[in-house]
Amino acid sequence: MSVLAPAVPVTAEDRVSVASNWQLVWWRFRKHRLALASALVLLLLYVVVLCPDFFSTQDPEATEARLAFIPIQRLHVFDGWRPAPWVPDVVGKRNPTTLRMEWRVDESRKIPVRFFVTGYSYRVLGVIPTRIHLVGAAPTDGRERLHLLGTDRLGRDQWTRLAHGTRTSMTIGLTAVTFSIVLGVLLGGISGYFGGPADAVIQRLIELLQSLPTIPIWLALTAALPRDWSPQQVFFAITVILSLVGWTTLGREVRGRFLALREEDFVLAAELAGASQGRIIVRHMVPTFLSHIIATSTLAIPAMIINETSLSFLGLGIRPPAISWGVLLQEAQNIQTVALAPWLLVPGAVVILSVLAFNLVGDGLRDAADPYSQ
Amino acid sequence: MTRYVLRRLVLLPALLFLFSVTVFAIVQAPPGDFLTTYVATLASSGSSISAEQVEALRREYGLDRPIWIQYLKWMENLAKGNLGLSLEYQRPNAELIGERLVLTMVLALLSFVFTWIVAIPAGIYSAMHPRSVVDYLLTVVNYVGVATPNFMLALILMWGAFAFFGMSVTGLFSPDFVDAPWSVARVLDLLEHVWLPAVVLGVAGTARLTRVMRANLLDELNKPYVTTARAKGLPEWRLVVRYPARLALNPLVSTIGWYLPALFSGSLIVATVMNLPNIGPLLLRALINQDMYLAGSILLIYCFLTIVGTLVSDILLAWLDPRIRLEER
Amino acid sequence: MTAPVLRVKDLRVHFFLDEGLVRAVDGVSFDVRPGQVVGIVGESGCGKSVTMKAILQIVEPPGRIVGGQILFQKDSAPVDLTRLSPKGAELRAIRGAEIALIPQEPMAAFSPVHSVGEQIIEALRLHERQWRPSGPRLSRTEARSMTVDLFRSVGISMPDARVDAYSWQLSGGLRQRAMIAMALSCRPRLLIADEPTTAIDVTTQAQILNLLRDLQRRHGTAIVFITHDLGVIAQMAHYVVVMYLGRVMEQGPVEQIFHAPKHPYTRALLKSIPSVNVAPRTLLPTIAGSIPHPLGRPRGCPFHPRCPDAMPGVCSERVPALGPVGPDQLASCFLYHQDEAIEP
Repeated sequence: MSVLAPAVPVTAEDRVSVASNWQLVWWRFRKHRLALASALVLLLLYVVVLCPDFFSTQDPEATEARLAFIPIQRLHVFDGWRPAPWVPDVVGKRNPTTLRMEWRVDESRKIPVRFFVTGYSYRVLGVIPTRIHLVGAAPTDGRERLHLLGTDRLGRDQWTRLAHGTRTSMTIGLTAVTFSIVLGVLLGGISGYFGGPADAVIQRLIELLQSLPTIPIWLALTAALPRDWSPQQVFFAITVILSLVGWTTLGREVRGRFLALREEDFVLAAELAGASQGRIIVRHMVPTFLSHIIATSTLAIPAMIINETSLSFLGLGIRPPAISWGVLLQEAQNIQTVALAPWLLVPGAVVILSVLAFNLVGDGLRDAADPYSQ
Repeated sequence: MTRYVLRRLVLLPALLFLFSVTVFAIVQAPPGDFLTTYVATLASSGSSISAEQVEALRREYGLDRPIWIQYLKWMENLAKGNLGLSLEYQRPNAELIGERLVLTMVLALLSFVFTWIVAIPAGIYSAMHPRSVVDYLLTVVNYVGVATPNFMLALILMWGAFAFFGMSVTGLFSPDFVDAPWSVARVLDLLEHVWLPAVVLGVAGTARLTRVMRANLLDELNKPYVTTARAKGLPEWRLVVRYPARLALNPLVSTIGWYLPALFSGSLIVATVMNLPNIGPLLLRALINQDMYLAGSILLIYCFLTIVGTLVSDILLAWLDPRIRLEER
Repeated sequence: MTAPVLRVKDLRVHFFLDEGLVRAVDGVSFDVRPGQVVGIVGESGCGKSVTMKAILQIVEPPGRIVGGQILFQKDSAPVDLTRLSPKGAELRAIRGAEIALIPQEPMAAFSPVHSVGEQIIEALRLHERQWRPSGPRLSRTEARSMTVDLFRSVGISMPDARVDAYSWQLSGGLRQRAMIAMALSCRPRLLIADEPTTAIDVTTQAQILNLLRDLQRRHGTAIVFITHDLGVIAQMAHYVVVMYLGRVMEQGPVEQIFHAPKHPYTRALLKSIPSVNVAPRTLLPTIAGSIPHPLGRPRGCPFHPRCPDAMPGVCSERVPALGPVGPDQLASCFLYHQDEAIEP
């Protein structure tokens, strides 16, 4: 009696579900709860980037030397058991020796705080004029001080400046990495796909750039920027400088991938089917490592952020009056100052938080995009 | 492999030449020159200098010659082993750089040693006990360590020391020893002060290295040769260290060469914050003041170190992995 | 009748995965007598490799031995290997010296950055006090010459040069011989060969099998031979254990299994061996269906969904126990008896 295979009935489990690669990546990413939480944090930060003025409580440039070094007025959500947000008031005393105002927090005097208040006017995204701010002191006699993160030596509100600094720092990171991606994919692609003399030249260029000591060269380049350039020009220049060396790693990887992919059978099949070179590159080759590019690039953003912060901290990056996290941290260079006003270090905490979030999201993306993990 | 090494060595001078041109161009890029900044500094501090005196100085420093002549003069001096004169300090650059270079290297080396001594065992332990409490703790520390810019860490530590202990942790020497000649006491003083900057510098690298070591080792631990070794009766720690750890280390060793130059560059910012006598802060001032021979020389030194470092790591990798070494046969 | 070298009694190894419980080995028993070759045969996923790993206590987490005994005859009294700590010294003394493993892929099983000679010398040194209880310590030269002799005895040509070679410099057959040399280096009483011929070509395979048989006869080593290749079993084994989804379907002396198979699974396996004697253009018989996912083990007899002789209502409800179907032959099938397996 033979045991020939009978026709196997198709059961429910056998029906094959089809999902696009991006859906698969998203499903895998969703399982990493930490990465998901970090992505949310980043989303929040980018909301601030879109409209820092909405989150601000004061004009970022308003300086008043008298208001220097006001400590943090902590936001309390409950007054007793009533949900009524308030901050403690600050009391100032002129120091008889230094003749400077010294402030301290007075918990007994409460300033009520309201949300969606009217404040100074600004334009959302530079277009829509409005005066609404997220949070502000409920006005009673106009002398209320609301400094959620204190002030610096020039009396500037740190909470506001942090919001504005976030915009600059997060944007630089993103744009620098975007430039790097464009350069890397373009040059790496040309190098890997076409080979020959183009490959040799680009390879040498990559080797050259990678042999340069990055930080000293960055220092030199940023020091070379003329002092009289506008903040926008400086911003643009910094972005270009940061991405000039950053593209090489990606370029090398892309080149490697193209070299390997060129020999793959599916490329040959596409060629035999009559597809043009452009179509092959864009529709067949690039999608195989697009998710990988995105994952590695996400991991490159935090490096850019740290670099910009470090450069600005040294006074060579973004320059005042423009604000970035590095510029804010410049105020904390002096240890005596920091000891007096430790809240000046808060931008550093935000740097760490954003870099952490980027790293976690990047790791999550990389694991999700790798079809061979798990 | 020897062919490969020789080729790199031969290319070294050509590379350096290329870099010297690039570096000089960058240093000279800002408009004006050293004297412009000098005059401005003088003006802001109240004193002034007449136009003839400026011209005289300009001629004396050779700043009135075209750029390419200045460059050639620099090259000529370099070939003779003369690093030139610092315009600001009016001292030979070699003198200025000399001691600071030694200190920079000492700092970098100590940082490097710290990193590897901590990261490798931590990575091995993590991989051998994945998902344990220690592993989770180490992972958290690692993530935060990588996310913290090193100058931030320096600031926090310095503030902590100052605010809670009243200690001022700047500089590499106590006031008595700053300009003193070298002696055993001075070395001891240095060691007392250098551990904090070394740790600060090494933290990010340690965090990264631990993670990579853990990941590499986890990959290797699944491989059949580990099962064979265990089946032979080898004790667990010994077999991990002798086989998979050894293989997991290979790709890491290739990063050593990158790491040392990175430490040099990285120490720049920390050195500025902590006021250490490194070549980093010296470079910073030179760049801002357009003290071009000083800046150029330091940049060239950085370039040289980077190239040498890469070469060293490639050699190390080939030597460690017989698969690469014997491919030529 | 000498005591068996190894007695596996009702071994159970379960894997505790996030997705569920996988009963990789679920009640396996067999004896290995001195000088005897026991062949464990089955399709992928049947649990034969896990059984082997359990004997050496190298089952990877999340797998764990949850029941049964593995009695190894040490000196005069049997030792239950499941009771020994997997990382303890007693077990490590047994591994390599008394029970040795010939792993599946010799290429991957040797460390790529140490020479093969080094790895064998390491084994010799590790268990020195067991195969040489007294006398001076092994010197480097002596260890090396022993390794050269070992290589010669397994048929490696130019043994002196090959000792310093790396595993990836040797051909497949040479690598496998080197692996056998390493396994035999400390004169173990039991060899476990995990699919030793799967990764090599047929001619080399024949040589390796001859070598193993020869060595086994010379040294009286017992072998547990794991494979999915029935032809190899026929050549090598004295006793056969047929496994499916972690349970033993049939076991017995090789002649009886091959000439008088009782279990429908064994019968199907034997029928699916391509034969030279059949007329050309005959359809190759296969077993209906495919192996179920380890987490989706069928109710009742694990084989019943693919069994041509399955009895509805019986085979799908109850799990058969291993019962006698011939002299020294056991099968777990309700066709021959009605005993049910006791699930602990």
